[in-house]
Amino acid sequence: MTRRTVEPILWLLFSSGGVMAALFVPVLLFLFGLAFPLGWITPPDHDHLQAVASHPLTIIVVFVVFVLCLFHAAHRFRYTLYDGLQIKHLKELVAVLCYGGAIVGSALSAYVLLTVA
Amino acid sequence: MSGHPAYTEFHPRWYRRQMSTWWWLGKRAYLVFILRELSSVFVAWFVVFGLLMLRAVGQGDGQYQRFLDWAASPWVVVVNVVALLFVLLHAITWFNLAPKAMVVRLRGQRVPGSLVAASQYAGWVVLSAFVIWLLVGAG
Repeated sequence: MTRRTVEPILWLLFSSGGVMAALFVPVLLFLFGLAFPLGWITPPDHDHLQAVASHPLTIIVVFVVFVLCLFHAAHRFRYTLYDGLQIKHLKELVAVLCYGGAIVGSALSAYVLLTVA
Repeated sequence: MSGHPAYTEFHPRWYRRQMSTWWWLGKRAYLVFILRELSSVFVAWFVVFGLLMLRAVGQGDGQYQRFLDWAASPWVVVVNVVALLFVLLHAITWFNLAPKAMVVRLRGQRVPGSLVAASQYAGWVVLSAFVIWLLVGAG
């Protein structure tokens, strides 16, 4: 009997999230984390940012990027804990905490994005 | 033969060497592996930071300015510098690994890995330039 598991889906989320994190996160983190707060580049004014953030296409793209990043991070962190700390015996607890965090984060992302719009 | 060995899901417990928790400090390749894996923490931090930013934007100009001031405070800057380094480590290792994991064929010929990697880097540059233009240029 072959057992069906969710593991392939989790790996799929991990790898698509890895692509999203590699493509989008460096530039966004550089702009919003360093260049704008430190005044290296004049930050966009509120109206412009609000207009960009409330465009339906932006909402969809940001939501997809955030959710995939969260599942990517959850999956990778899960295995970091297994290998780094050698706590494979706690695997259910670790999995629940990691993916649970990603699910909560996804719900929060949807909520925040809809309140900006 | 007497008795039944206890069933284990994994390999039988004949002999297992105890590994130190710090096994990954011994060799450069192991250290880079663990650092790359730890980039996950900073990817998650980026999402939290982005959500705080978006919430501030949604609450109006005053909150947005306050967010920028908070983001300029020393500890947040330090976290974001570290996070950026880790995310860059993730991006570079990811792009370099992809051609090994994925075989691209064009007219029956295998596209060389260096070309696959180069096209990813090109896409990365174009996308980053577009994001900067969208946020800063298209005022």
